[in-house]
Amino acid sequence: MTGSPRRRPARPWAAYLALLPMAFTVVVIYLGTVLWSVGISFTSSKMLPRSDFVGFSQYERLFTTDRWHVSLHNMLAFGASFLTLCLVAGFLLAVFIDQKVRAEGLLRTVFLYPFAMSFIATGVVWQWLLNPQLGLQTSVRNLGWTSFRFDWIADPDLAIYTIALAAIWHGAGLVMALMLAGLRGIDESLWMAARVEGIPRWRYYAQIVLPQLGPTLGTCLVLLSLGVVRLYDTVLVMTQGGPGIATEVPAKFIMDHIGGRSNIGLASAASTVMLVMVLAVLAPWFYMRSRQAARGLHG
Amino acid sequence: MTRPNLHPILACTAIAASLLVALPAIAQKAEVIHWWTSGGESAAIKEVAEAYNKAGGTWVDSAVAGGEPARAAAISRIVGGKPPVAAQFNTSKQYHDLIADDLLASMDEVAAKEGWDKLLPAPIINAIKVKGHYYAVPINIHMPAWIFYSKAVLAKAGVAAEPKSVDEFFAALDKIKAAGMPGLAFSSAPVWEALTFNAMLMNVGGSELYLKFYRDRDSAAIASDGFKKVLSSYLRLKGYIDAGATGRSWNDSTSMLITNRAGFQVMGDWAKGEFKAANQVAGKEYGCIAGFGAKSPYMVGGDVFIFPKTADAEAIKAQHLLATVITSKPLQVAFNLKKGSIPIRTDVDASGMDICAQTGLAVMKDPSRQLPSPGMLINPDAAGAVQDVISKFWNNPSPNIDDVVKSLQVAIKR
Repeated sequence: MTGSPRRRPARPWAAYLALLPMAFTVVVIYLGTVLWSVGISFTSSKMLPRSDFVGFSQYERLFTTDRWHVSLHNMLAFGASFLTLCLVAGFLLAVFIDQKVRAEGLLRTVFLYPFAMSFIATGVVWQWLLNPQLGLQTSVRNLGWTSFRFDWIADPDLAIYTIALAAIWHGAGLVMALMLAGLRGIDESLWMAARVEGIPRWRYYAQIVLPQLGPTLGTCLVLLSLGVVRLYDTVLVMTQGGPGIATEVPAKFIMDHIGGRSNIGLASAASTVMLVMVLAVLAPWFYMRSRQAARGLHG
Repeated sequence: MTRPNLHPILACTAIAASLLVALPAIAQKAEVIHWWTSGGESAAIKEVAEAYNKAGGTWVDSAVAGGEPARAAAISRIVGGKPPVAAQFNTSKQYHDLIADDLLASMDEVAAKEGWDKLLPAPIINAIKVKGHYYAVPINIHMPAWIFYSKAVLAKAGVAAEPKSVDEFFAALDKIKAAGMPGLAFSSAPVWEALTFNAMLMNVGGSELYLKFYRDRDSAAIASDGFKKVLSSYLRLKGYIDAGATGRSWNDSTSMLITNRAGFQVMGDWAKGEFKAANQVAGKEYGCIAGFGAKSPYMVGGDVFIFPKTADAEAIKAQHLLATVITSKPLQVAFNLKKGSIPIRTDVDASGMDICAQTGLAVMKDPSRQLPSPGMLINPDAAGAVQDVISKFWNNPSPNIDDVVKSLQVAIKR
């Protein structure tokens, strides 16, 4: 017995039509300009775009430029310290608030507040705090500890970590908020069970809660990683890339060469390298996700 | 003229601009993009606007805060096909790419009528005249390497007279340091580190070495003993700064002189605005040294207005009128009095100007002492590369002069 052929639903043309502007934006504006930039990186363009092909010479210059190497190195140093400490700090804050403390609403707001501030304001505040003559160092010395030293911002080897410090202060609240939401989603009976078993609190969080926060952790990691790649404003305000070129980062290298230095060829080469690096990290992750999704579908 | 390749930002701006309804051109209406937004600066540009309006034009002010954003705005408008009538740039190679792409109007007609060839100093002519045609009109001369000092601090430290040589300069710095004050008020930012280096190159190395570096990009000159001496003298200055230099803005450094907390500051003549705001007078509370020695060079920088090419006859008329007004004697005096720079012509009445400006004008009368600023000799890309090297050198805890020589030999040829 065959049933009457089911009518296929009419194609939702209206919906397609409504999507057109967005599709146009994605294809033409986003992808189009990305391709255009990659194209420009193979030309000798200075202030204005040119269409002569010069092969990989912009890339050769890029990788023989001291400042670019420093920038990449700084991105790694900043990224490693910022991601780790921001996640740890955010998680601890969330656990702290999860202890049913009093004035939870107030504390939550206080911890999340830094995230509401712009990178520029954050940078200015921390620049003052870390300035050896205006900020922490002088305040502590005035309190009586005259040999106290905290001049990382003026030290070429350590200055990049002061930027990480400011960024952690800025981002930890967001991690806390996300983690707290995750924590609240965990079944409370687990804690009861753990207590009955006499499991200490730290083991409960480390071995029972943390594994369940996997997706939340992933979200935090993605959000924070974006901050690592596009790190620019905070550096600009806090150190202007200094002392010397010690805190230069790739995004600032690109912006400087598009703007004041009038070399969009080199800037495009640098942004292409950044794009390739980001894709190199994302591609395996996407692949893994699609494999997982496929497994999920087939049971 | 069609341009198939548009920069994304430029393209967006162009689209945005084309969406605006084009207004019919009103006679001699001139929209001018500039970045003079601070108190003294806007008072100065107001003089230009008033003079232009008095000459029969209509000034349309289009101020953008910050030099770089203002230039970016002008460039996007030009490339996008909706150019302003005029736009400010520094007297440098910043706009030479626009000239190469035939986007700027020639001002030859005005230049011939006003006799720019005879009127203007050679470094400025070289910066605005390309292949025999004038493409910009200069409005002022800034000297970026003045050495200012607080008279009270020098007296307190026992420095009897203004230093007349580099050796005396260092001796004075030593005395101020011995008196327990920073000899040099310094702002640790790449741009001021490079400016201070240029001042040392000019004063320790002299014009010839300066030109061999910036104009000839001579690798041998960079490796010479003379150049190494410049580098070591530059580094020696680091011994006279205080820990607070990190992140300090240039005007905060100037205020260290105003409040008698430091001896010297190497800065452009725009710093006079800070002294003026604190009611201090050049020659009374503070002094200014243009260079050491009777024949010391005077570094010539400043600002120009460029005029984007247009087919609109009214706009062309407006451009010519504006160019004529800007170089006229009364405006040159009125504008530069407010701006702190000196006029582009030496045939003006200098009696109303402060003694620093008067010194400057006197020096400019001797063409052999006019020295083009780095931006006039190298493109912004190379200038940036040099700045990176100098800034890294200055901040390096264990600096190595031979390494810097090698890096500079590469950077200057970018």
